Amino acid sequence: MLLAIRNISKTYRQRERTVAALAEASLTVAAGEFVALQGPSGCGKSTMLLAAGALLAPDAGTVTVCEQDIYALNSEHRAIFRAGHIGFVFQQFHLMPYLSVQDNILSATLAQPQAGALARVGMLAETLGLTARLLHTPDQLSVGERQRTALARALMNQPKLILADEPTGNLDADNAAVVLRFLKDYAAAGGGVLMVTHDAGAAAGAQRIVRMQAGRVV
Amino acid sequence: MRLPTLVLRELSYRKLNFVLALLAVAAAVAGLVGLLVILTDHDTRTARSIAAQETQVTQRAKELEDDYRKITKGLGFNVLILPKDQNMADFLAEGYASKTMPESYVTKLAEAKDIATIEHLLPALEQRTTWTEHQDRAVRMVGVRGQVPFVYKQSEKKPLLDPVNKGEIVLGYELHHQYGLKVGQQITFRGQAFKISKAYPQRGTQDDITVWISLAEAQKMLDKPGQINAIWALNCNCFSADRLAEMRAEITRYLPDTQVTELSSNAMARAEARKRAHTEAQQQLEFAKKDGLRQRADIESLGSLLLLLVVLGGGVWIGLLALGNVRERLGEIGILRAMGVRAYQILGVFLLRALLVGVLGAVVGVGLGLLVAYGVARRPDAAQFNELVNARIIVLMALTIPAAALLAMLASWIPAVLATKQDPALVLCRE
Repeated sequence: MLLAIRNISKTYRQRERTVAALAEASLTVAAGEFVALQGPSGCGKSTMLLAAGALLAPDAGTVTVCEQDIYALNSEHRAIFRAGHIGFVFQQFHLMPYLSVQDNILSATLAQPQAGALARVGMLAETLGLTARLLHTPDQLSVGERQRTALARALMNQPKLILADEPTGNLDADNAAVVLRFLKDYAAAGGGVLMVTHDAGAAAGAQRIVRMQAGRVV
Repeated sequence: MRLPTLVLRELSYRKLNFVLALLAVAAAVAGLVGLLVILTDHDTRTARSIAAQETQVTQRAKELEDDYRKITKGLGFNVLILPKDQNMADFLAEGYASKTMPESYVTKLAEAKDIATIEHLLPALEQRTTWTEHQDRAVRMVGVRGQVPFVYKQSEKKPLLDPVNKGEIVLGYELHHQYGLKVGQQITFRGQAFKISKAYPQRGTQDDITVWISLAEAQKMLDKPGQINAIWALNCNCFSADRLAEMRAEITRYLPDTQVTELSSNAMARAEARKRAHTEAQQQLEFAKKDGLRQRADIESLGSLLLLLVVLGGGVWIGLLALGNVRERLGEIGILRAMGVRAYQILGVFLLRALLVGVLGAVVGVGLGLLVAYGVARRPDAAQFNELVNARIIVLMALTIPAAALLAMLASWIPAVLATKQDPALVLCRE
């Protein structure tokens, strides 16, 4: 199993208030599978995604990616593991405004240097329709182009698993379709995709839809 | 991609933050270089002024010493060389030496090469006697032949006592005053005719009852041919603790059959006067030096305080700018951490940024400091540019570059560490 989340719980403590974001939630994503995670706001979708991405340690339960219990690793090794196995796509893109499209995609290699990085950037840009925009900065791009740039950056280190948090949330229908098609193709090529979305249309493109309610998978 | 590329792109993007941080470093470095230049200028000008004052003071001291010498010269000779077998008790009781020594002794001493402790050699034959032509009036008779110059010493000093020519006589005040004698008048002294060549004014010493005639005539009159009973001299400007011992050693090396004594009051007055002149000159010079040092210390302490404020202010300013930079880049930090960039790399991003700010700021600051030096050098009384920017300043300026880089990194350390402590999950959720 590419991603196996087993009985994880996570409680946020804010001063005297506690919020149970996840309660014994479990989820799996196999290689070649595109899974959509749906649920109302505050149901724990994003927490689940961050836990799956080795960014947020659960209070209980385990998360394994490529058979590695990621929270058994220390912080630095977890970062190394993330760099080699997991790619993130966020609704807000999180592109660096001072870097060109090419350099934003290349920024993934800060964590994992690789030979032939420029050639791979060229290939990804071509696949995502960004070749003409490689030397442009984010403020010169359309919203769709920005999300495609973020997607290319997530794929730069050839991760096994892509975690996408509302990747089409800011996009128009055409651009959303491009991104979803790409994620589908990625899964079809053997990768795993876990996508958090509110959008039923976007979720419909996934092979499987997992619903959450109050921190539990239902 | 490498970290430096990321840092350089970010610096060129957030120009205002970069320029403000750079200016803080530049101001601190320019302040330091400026202070060094101003201190160097002050040192150079003070050294120049002290050298000029030293010349003036040395000149003044010479003049003062000469004045004192002239004044104390009036006190007369203060060193007396007597025959070795002369009983000092008798000498003091009689006022003259009863023993004699060859007149050639004075020549021997004058021809000595290394006599340094005395000058103005005056051979004399003295004796208490009576002026038979004036009711056997008691007089002091001194036979002199004038001062004998040192062969190996060049002296332009005026003799203390002029020679008395044969057939002439010089009278002390009491003698010419009492008998109404005038210069040019012919008189008889102990049966021999003399013409009065000089009549001294009142001195209040034994000189007032003294008659001076030529040495040869005195020797003949006293029946002591080729003999003298004293060599008078004047001690040199010696400041040593044992002046008399030095003189004795020097003189008796050439004249072993003599003894040397000093008229202590005259000698002390002379030595004290000269010492005082010398000390006063030294004190003036010391005061000038101390004044220069005090001024330098004032500039240094004020400059150091200002510099400290500039450096501290600059450090705080850089730290705040770095903190602002970190806050502005939280999303970036979050995504970099999510992509697997390690904490030390995040630390490196901010410290490398600070390093570049420090180095470039220092280079700009050194440039501004050189402009200060150029400005200072253009002042009419200032040191030249190459004197101000000497090797020491150049080394210090070179050292300010790594120092500024280190300071900027230290100032950015806490914000950089805060950046590494950012929880990417929280940051990404918040953003």
